Amino acid sequence: MRPIIEIAGLSKTYASGFNALKQVNLDIHRGEIFALLGPNGAGKTTLISIICGIVNPSTGTVHVDGHEIRRDFRATRSLIGLVPQELTTDAFESVWATVSFSRGLFGLPPDPAHIEKVLKDLSLWDKKDNRIMTLSGGMKRRVLIAKALSHEPRVLFLDEPTAGVDVSLRKDMWEVVRKLRESGVTIILTTHYLEEAEEMADRIGVITKGELILVEEKAALITKLGKKQLSLHLHERLAEVPVTLAAFSLTLSPDGMELTYTYDIQAERTGITGLLRALADAGIRFRDLNTKQSSLEEIFVDLVRQKQ
Amino acid sequence: MNYHGMKAIYRFEMARTGRTLMQSIVSPVISTSLYFVVFGAAIGSRITEIEGVSYGAFIVPGLIMLTLLTQSISNASFGIYFPRFTGTIYELLSAPLSFVEVLVGYVGAAASKSIILGLIILATAGFFVPLQVAHPFWMLAFLVLTSVAFSLFGFIIGLWADGFEKLQIIPLLIVTPLTFLGGTFYSISVLPAPWDTIALFNPVVYLVSGFRWSFYEVADVSVAVSLSVTVAFLLGCLGVVGWMFKTGYRLRN
Ligand SMILES: Nc1ncnc2c1ncn2[C@@H]1O[C@H](COP(=O)(O)OP(=O)(O)OP(=O)(O)O)[C@@H](O)[C@H]1O
Ligand SMILES: [Mg+2]
Repeated sequence: MRPIIEIAGLSKTYASGFNALKQVNLDIHRGEIFALLGPNGAGKTTLISIICGIVNPSTGTVHVDGHEIRRDFRATRSLIGLVPQELTTDAFESVWATVSFSRGLFGLPPDPAHIEKVLKDLSLWDKKDNRIMTLSGGMKRRVLIAKALSHEPRVLFLDEPTAGVDVSLRKDMWEVVRKLRESGVTIILTTHYLEEAEEMADRIGVITKGELILVEEKAALITKLGKKQLSLHLHERLAEVPVTLAAFSLTLSPDGMELTYTYDIQAERTGITGLLRALADAGIRFRDLNTKQSSLEEIFVDLVRQKQ
Repeated sequence: MNYHGMKAIYRFEMARTGRTLMQSIVSPVISTSLYFVVFGAAIGSRITEIEGVSYGAFIVPGLIMLTLLTQSISNASFGIYFPRFTGTIYELLSAPLSFVEVLVGYVGAAASKSIILGLIILATAGFFVPLQVAHPFWMLAFLVLTSVAFSLFGFIIGLWADGFEKLQIIPLLIVTPLTFLGGTFYSISVLPAPWDTIALFNPVVYLVSGFRWSFYEVADVSVAVSLSVTVAFLLGCLGVVGWMFKTGYRLRN
């Protein structure tokens, strides 16, 4: 099946002359959750803004469900819901009015039952008659989500949706996202909370300085780039790492009770057998051992560092 | 056609007026009444008649035009500038709306308000002077055309402005002087040469003249010319807005 979003050779140079996107190529599959990761100023919001029609591209094309975003803007924009990064809401409107307004703007007839459902899902129902300016930041963020869902989009962009949102609300929000995905909605999100990408996404793209440097299945990414750490809990305290073990570049914990060995699971030889043999030769005994895979966050930091 | 989208914008903009009823309707009515007191009663008692029309009645069309111009510009420019300023414009830009539909929503609402206001002022004027409208159809035609044209002009200012000062500067430095010099309170035929000729370069002269003709059948320039200038101004503004949307000027760059 054709990807829901096809981005080809996309570049953006702002009026200031700043080159925010460089030849980005990317396909988003139908029904997936795609996480876009990158440091501040990488070009995430720019990329999303182009797809949604807020910013004109300099070169390149974007197709949404087979429609070109500029020629068939009606078709593409009707399919898309956007939750922007900034908390930009009206002040004097009521929650109900602003969410109903969004539905109308996207060309759909009023449907109070749908709006009610959206507001209830986002725990905004009891606030429906409140003016937006009387809401807290987290509630405003939910209003923005409600606005984006008011017109039943098939593709949802969430630009750092959990910035400034407390833990319980974040959980609720991911619940909403999961339900949407179950109903077939494709979701593209950017986040700085990498655990979330790790928890939520099917695929991950890493962007830095306007270049998409990597796109990978999340699981594959973690195994492909992941390093593993082997921790050895010692029987007796060790003052320092014996010179015979220098080749393994072990680190010793401050209390002298734990040795850590880092290895690459992709490597031909992990060196574990050799390490265990060398430990036995050195007369070091251990009570327990465990291995730990590096988190996405560590992988991500590595990648960006390599690029710089 | 995104009918629901246009309706949503139109209603949103009209609701904004509803919330600020005091400043949108009451204040123009008060200031118009003041003009009547000062110009109509105080000065008018000395001027008696212009071209067979009492001075108080003579200034009614000009006063309505003055309000129409300033209110159309300020309503439309604020209507589009404010979402740009707060950032809520993102939603408009990401919605499946063509530029014509956006215009119908914003300019339609701004023009509607001006037209309603124009009629309210006309009614207010009825309390001060005996009114007579010789050509009601043309009176309404000028009212609508002027409201739409200057709402478009305001829309352009709202797109162009990148600060609240710029939003004020054109109405303040250009439109208000042109209106006062445009024969609102007098017939330009009373101006000494060369000012009577220079005045013909002021587009407001044509608006006021045509509008006044629809009331009293007296005019500084021919009605056909008035109408043509008004329509030309409207089309010119439409062209500029079209270009702005096509290139994404100040919106999508
Ligand atoms: N309108 C604009 N004019 C000029 N430069 C811009 C404009 N908008 C963004 N930029 C620049 O483009 C670059 C990418 O910005 P963008 O907002 O896409 O980054 P981001 O990845 O979303 O960052 P963050 O994580 O901080 O949200 C930044 O260097 C930014 O300064
Ligand atoms: Mg961003």
